[in-house]
Amino acid sequence: MIKFLIKGLLRDRSKSLFPVLTVTAGVTLVVFAICWVGGVQTNMMSASAHFRTGHVKIMTRAYAEQSDLLPVDLALVGTDSLLGHLKASYPGMIWTQRILFAGLLDVPDESGETREQGTVAGIAISVLDPGSPEHKFLEMEKSIVRGRMPQKSYDCLISETFAQKLKVNPGDEVTLIGSTMFGAMSMTNFTVAGTVRFGISALDRGALIADITDVQTALDMDNGASEILGFFTDDIYHREKAVDLAEQFNIKNTDPDGEFSPVMLALEQQEGLAGMLDMVGMMSSVIITIFIVVMSIVLWNAGLMGNIRRYGEIGVRLAMGEAKGHLYRSLLLEAFAIGIFGSLIGTVLGLIVSFYLQYHGIDITSFLKDSTIMLPDVMRARVTSSAYFIGFLPGVCATFLGAAISGIGVYKRQTSQLFKELEV
Amino acid sequence: MENDILIQTKDLVKIYPMGSQDLVALEKVNLTFKKGEFAALVGPSGSGKTTLLNIIGSLDTPTRGSAIVMGLEVEKLSHKKSAELRNKHIGFIFQTFNLLPVYTVYENVEFPLLLSDVPASERKQRVMQALEWVKLADRHRSKPNQLSGGQSQRVAVARAIVKMPSIVLADEPTANLDAENSHNVMQIMEGLNKELGMTFIFSTHDEKVVQYMRRIISLDDGRVAKDEFVKSVKKRV
Repeated sequence: MIKFLIKGLLRDRSKSLFPVLTVTAGVTLVVFAICWVGGVQTNMMSASAHFRTGHVKIMTRAYAEQSDLLPVDLALVGTDSLLGHLKASYPGMIWTQRILFAGLLDVPDESGETREQGTVAGIAISVLDPGSPEHKFLEMEKSIVRGRMPQKSYDCLISETFAQKLKVNPGDEVTLIGSTMFGAMSMTNFTVAGTVRFGISALDRGALIADITDVQTALDMDNGASEILGFFTDDIYHREKAVDLAEQFNIKNTDPDGEFSPVMLALEQQEGLAGMLDMVGMMSSVIITIFIVVMSIVLWNAGLMGNIRRYGEIGVRLAMGEAKGHLYRSLLLEAFAIGIFGSLIGTVLGLIVSFYLQYHGIDITSFLKDSTIMLPDVMRARVTSSAYFIGFLPGVCATFLGAAISGIGVYKRQTSQLFKELEV
Repeated sequence: MENDILIQTKDLVKIYPMGSQDLVALEKVNLTFKKGEFAALVGPSGSGKTTLLNIIGSLDTPTRGSAIVMGLEVEKLSHKKSAELRNKHIGFIFQTFNLLPVYTVYENVEFPLLLSDVPASERKQRVMQALEWVKLADRHRSKPNQLSGGQSQRVAVARAIVKMPSIVLADEPTANLDAENSHNVMQIMEGLNKELGMTFIFSTHDEKVVQYMRRIISLDDGRVAKDEFVKSVKKRV
């Protein structure tokens, strides 16, 4: 009997091909939507964590309150010992210190007179240490557009857009004009080792990257840093763990009355990211739910239509003496097979598209021209383990449900009307 | 010959509620059909032919009275039991053939045997035998859309008889056929009746069908107006 049903399914395209295509299309969309929304969320968090917030960040309480102004005078001091303490106390984390500073970049001509000037947002990181985790977080080697990585003291990188604006080339000398930790004016010469493009518009407009030791000297911040960033070793933001870690650290180390005492904030406790994370999470849940519900209705409807179209066949089968329960179960079995088959193909297609967009992404630079939000220029999908099975939910359940509900008609059908119904 | 009785109706009444009024489709019908009969229910539309065929085929139940088919009281059967009765003992032939279009002739005829779990080797033998009877063995690989109307109805006949039912019920089997095909189909059914001893009951208006009958039951307003056994069959065209 099963062989007979399979033959019918394979030969009648309206019973098999079209329902399978509908299920496949629906499941492909669901799988892709889930990977894409998940990818966007991860991209946003990852960019934010690597470039600004870390998974957790330690600052002084005063700095934390005014961090938008990059106030180096409120920076942490004695960071060597604090780093040592952090590494010993939290071995499951990667710790790195940074100085964020603002200044003016002066480009001299051949006679030493100012040729071009521009405001710069500087990031001082451990760039000369080849084992520094910053190379991985900022993907520095990959981001080089022209020139090379800094190899000696007072080498720096500047963003490619900024370099073009100031007409600066690798090898040129530039002067950073800023203020020290104690409010004095500071002027330091750097050599442009190369130019970079991070793919984040907010940074690519005017960034300077230099080694933290050089900037500590330039800004008179010996053994000081604006912030210490902590990252989970798997480089994935674990929301509850991070918040818990920050709470525990603050209980032990933060003095509520000391404005220079260190305070740890989790990613979502910075820059209003909690709201954003909640919003993105909620939006993705809403999108996915709507998608699954809509696809379920479409597939359910397809199941209903399929059974209505087979009214004549069902009538003949009842007249031939097939029991209603047997007939109903065979309809469910067919729906289940179509659901499984369509979901399998749909999941594979959805994963192929998602994997492609995970590696290649979609360039959204043109939408981010004047944006200050920390967003990568290329948005990528992210294939998660749930993507491998989530499509089966609408694919199998909705098809099955559609057939189950429409199939109830088999029980309601008056067999006494079969002669009339079948003589149309 | 009590044992030869396959169908017996006793004071059979069927009433359909039609809004505030009731429509009496059958009124105290008492009939008996024995093994091997070749009978027709005739009468104008609304006389109760199809209702009686429905009850005999266990597709419907009487309002009052009883219908005993193959020793089973139709009104007392569950859905499952009546399906079982249809599957084992009753074959149906419809006016519009109702073959399953995606299956071949062979598979259409095989279908009732699949419901009875007949082993594959026996199925093949019985399907080919049934197709031989209706002279369509050479078309067993054809699809219904490759057959003429007469051939399609012959396949429907093969499907009805393949499980060797005791009773075959045919509702207007020649209504969609021309004169030549009607005679071909009727001759085949008459031959099967004689050769296999199956009881055939027709519901028909068609004179071409009636002239083959050995028993003609005229129904009028749900009552048996005449129940006539024909001694000699009329000369056919």
